[in-house]
Amino acid sequence: MIFLRLFFTFLKIGVFSFGGGLATIALIQHDVVEDKGWLTTQEFTDIVATSQITPGPVGINTATYTGYTAVVNAGYPEWMGVLGALTASLATILLPVIMMLVVCKLLMKHKDNPIVATTLSLLRVAIVGLIAAAALLMVSTETFGSYQTAPLQFFVSIGIFIAVFMASIKFKASPILLILLSGLAGLVVYGIF
Amino acid sequence: MVRLHQLFWSFFKIGTFTIGGGYAMIPLMEKELVDNRHWLDREEFLDLMAVSQALPGIFAVHMATSIGYRLRGIPGTLTAIAGNILMPIAIILCLAIGFRQLRDNALFEAVFKGIRPAVVALIAAPVFNLARTARINLRNCWIPLVACLLIYLLGVSPVWIVLATILGGSLYGYLTNRKEVSS
Repeated sequence: MIFLRLFFTFLKIGVFSFGGGLATIALIQHDVVEDKGWLTTQEFTDIVATSQITPGPVGINTATYTGYTAVVNAGYPEWMGVLGALTASLATILLPVIMMLVVCKLLMKHKDNPIVATTLSLLRVAIVGLIAAAALLMVSTETFGSYQTAPLQFFVSIGIFIAVFMASIKFKASPILLILLSGLAGLVVYGIF
Repeated sequence: MVRLHQLFWSFFKIGTFTIGGGYAMIPLMEKELVDNRHWLDREEFLDLMAVSQALPGIFAVHMATSIGYRLRGIPGTLTAIAGNILMPIAIILCLAIGFRQLRDNALFEAVFKGIRPAVVALIAAPVFNLARTARINLRNCWIPLVACLLIYLLGVSPVWIVLATILGGSLYGYLTNRKEVSS
């Protein structure tokens, strides 16, 4: 039953996503694309792009979109996809919200405890590796095109990658602007030629 | 007493007008909750931020949970979360349904062919900034490297990396703390 599997998958994703929306993306990617095969890398990349240019937390947006697409991909009608979206979004936040409530009630005073503090600083270090792996896993012929069969797309993709990477690191350009510009570049290069 | 509908609208605004994830919400949240509504002072806001960053889950939802709870208990929490995620979920659903019908459209596909490599770059780029804020140095740089290789090459689930880090971190924190106390 896809809804139960979605629920438990996103319950797990919620509990283990330390370190922001990108870390959540890394977890969703592993479970949903690599492990369960509910989405292709291409679909997942499109979902991440959409999640970053629409309002709201990226983790919620990605969960909503993934829940919908996974259910519809499995052959269910669209209204069932809407249920899938709600299942995934609510499962993602359920346990973290309960944890936060417990923390609000009792644990506020332990955040300066040295053991807790060391663990948290090490987690922040490890998360960097998680996010790097997510980016590496997205590099494929689905997202960049293939050198053999589509050399134009391949080189244009490399160019866009380098330009966006530099603009993001050097000038801290807004991701929304960068995604919109890349979409425009795609429209001009592939749509007109 | 803070009214629930006020709480709802405040978080609805915050959820609807911030694009690009939880951290983009911080300035708007601070302005709305601290400066406009005076529901909490700046110090409380920073404390809640620290705890929200430390816990697993979605940062913006944690802020809504804790602030809602502080102001109105459990009903406050539910109201703030609902306000925060309602609009984003509705927008994504409309797009998901619309995009499915557009998938075979050549122009639509052209736009996304341009966007896909950009998304990869947008995930790769923050790795370098994060490396700085997480204080990665020569002594601990093996941790993210090993984590990355395990996931990328061996297909290990990130869940195991997080669990191993929590276990290792607590043990290391316990040992170094004991040494400091005894010396």
